[in-house]
Amino acid sequence: MAELTYRDAVARGIAQEMARDEDVVFLGEDIAKAGGVFKTTVGLLEQFGPLRVRDTPISEQAIMGAAMGAAMTGLKPIAEIMFSDFFAVCFDYIANEFPKSRYMTNGQVRCPLVVRTANGAGVHFGAQHSQSVENWAMMIPGLKVVAPSNPRDVIGLLAAAVRDPDPVIFFEHKGLYPTKGEVPDGEIVDTLGTAKIVRPGKDATILALAMMVPRAIAAAERLKAEAGIDCEVIDVRSLVPLDTQTILGSVAKTSRVFTVEENPRLCGWGAEIVSIVADEAFYDLDGPPVRITTPHIPLPAADKLEDMVLPNEARIFDTVRRSLEG
Amino acid sequence: MTSEARAKPVAAPPSLANDDIGEQTRLHIFRTQVTIREAEQRAYDLFLQNLVKGTSHLSLGQEAVAAGVAAAMQPKDLSFCTYRGHAHTLARGVSVEKVLGELMQRDNGLMRGKGGSMHLTSVEHGVMGSYAIIGAHLPIACGAAWRAQYKGHDDVSVCFFGDGTTNIGAFHEALNFAATWKLPVIFVCENNLYMEYTAIADVIPASIKHPAADRASAYGLERIVIDGNDADEVYRTAQIAFAKARKGDGPSMIECMTYRYSGHSRADPGKYRPPGELESWQKRDPIKMYRKRLLDFGIAEAAIADIEAEVRHIVDTATEACKAAPTPDVSLITSDVYADGGWAWRN
Repeated sequence: MAELTYRDAVARGIAQEMARDEDVVFLGEDIAKAGGVFKTTVGLLEQFGPLRVRDTPISEQAIMGAAMGAAMTGLKPIAEIMFSDFFAVCFDYIANEFPKSRYMTNGQVRCPLVVRTANGAGVHFGAQHSQSVENWAMMIPGLKVVAPSNPRDVIGLLAAAVRDPDPVIFFEHKGLYPTKGEVPDGEIVDTLGTAKIVRPGKDATILALAMMVPRAIAAAERLKAEAGIDCEVIDVRSLVPLDTQTILGSVAKTSRVFTVEENPRLCGWGAEIVSIVADEAFYDLDGPPVRITTPHIPLPAADKLEDMVLPNEARIFDTVRRSLEG
Repeated sequence: MTSEARAKPVAAPPSLANDDIGEQTRLHIFRTQVTIREAEQRAYDLFLQNLVKGTSHLSLGQEAVAAGVAAAMQPKDLSFCTYRGHAHTLARGVSVEKVLGELMQRDNGLMRGKGGSMHLTSVEHGVMGSYAIIGAHLPIACGAAWRAQYKGHDDVSVCFFGDGTTNIGAFHEALNFAATWKLPVIFVCENNLYMEYTAIADVIPASIKHPAADRASAYGLERIVIDGNDADEVYRTAQIAFAKARKGDGPSMIECMTYRYSGHSRADPGKYRPPGELESWQKRDPIKMYRKRLLDFGIAEAAIADIEAEVRHIVDTATEACKAAPTPDVSLITSDVYADGGWAWRN
């Protein structure tokens, strides 16, 4: 067991899979010689060489297309898109090409690839480098979508993504890169499609993803200490496949559900989960489901303004307390 | 017609004795062109009978490109086609019945009706897909070529596309990528003078005469423009490109000048073409020219007629089989979304 940053966990996860399988290759902008603009891929070029760890031009369509063509013909590429906002310039591949090729060809074509990308805010880069775009991926049939919240999950879910036969969008959170966590020694392989109860509780279920997970846990601790409200916090981790069993099981126990979403409000993942809860667990509920989200705005760059609009510990605390005590 | 021909026609008099291509390959190239012509014409007729559903984009008049390149390919080589991809799919040996079945959206289709006319794919024939978003498949072909380079395989990826593709970003990203990484990929532009309804010449600078070949030069590739209606010239040029790619000397761009006889898609009567243009190209019909050349080389009229009759029979038989085939099973609606064969997005 060692303490590792979320940033270093990315490189360890990639290295674990590249050492295991020579068909795993890695491409992206500034990922080889420079070790990644967020220093998430330091040492991989030295360890695996320039044929397997390749710097690309600033050509997101070429990166995604090349990953797809390589995956179709036998490799297991990991492609980095530097910021998830840049999905918008290569969205054809994410939306039209690799998710649909298996279906359209009646199962002839397979695309076992992973797209890693730095998602989310917290670093005050403004509206085009800070978005939470997991719903852009979640809405597309054929994709799997995961977003780890801690270093151990980074390694385990990345390994699961690389070994999965379907295309997986892997959202790292750039605000979490410097955070640390305990990571066991040796190989770590997790399971896609599994949520995790990170804080058990009985009074309310709080669902969170990525950087919202530590904030939800902190709010839950305060709710317990200051209001005697015992919240169960679930790290959703995997949006597709979605672990509805864990979510519905928790709601059956607590009878209240809150989502904490960094994305702008409309069509966030929480809306999908709330609709599932409403359909399938309506009579378990003691009150309306509540979504805590960023407002439906582009993100402002100024640190004070960005900090105000993202869901934070205080907002989660206040919202849950008002809802339960109201 | 072509402004410049790279590989010159064989010097007169033609004969099998000095033929660098050979009777067997010539007859194969002829058969492929006739198969494409007959199958495409049949697809058009079936559309008029409301038996071809959805959309379809025919290659009538452009047969020589698909046939010439395919003849230069080895079975291990990979094709990446566009929505106008019936020709390239047939040229790799996929059966007429499978193609017409897909166009007619029947259960006997190449993908059992799940893809349709624009997405013909037959991995067992090396047809790695037909792509309906302009330019998308150029980077994908680069990826397949990267796999060959990394694994030390000596197969080559070939990517067919039209003149309209030369103005989209993915074209330029792919060329830069392929040239920089020296990938074993061959880009084949079928310049039929029109994007969809608009002439390519109307949307590029006057200084650019050949939108694929002229731009390829900017990425350090040789500028190659050939007569795309001459299957022999296509075949010879492709052979050079394949040899180069297999040697590890990187990509090629081949711009083939040709002409589609029909409109862009089945919805398009092609009224934007100036009077006489279609007729002038039909005088240089690739199949008529090739038939005459076979005779010039001393191949018997009967041998040629046999191929034509045989192909017509195959197309007729395929048509009847498709008409009799059931529509796709409803279980296909949710099959193969994910690798487990199903569509489950939740537990």
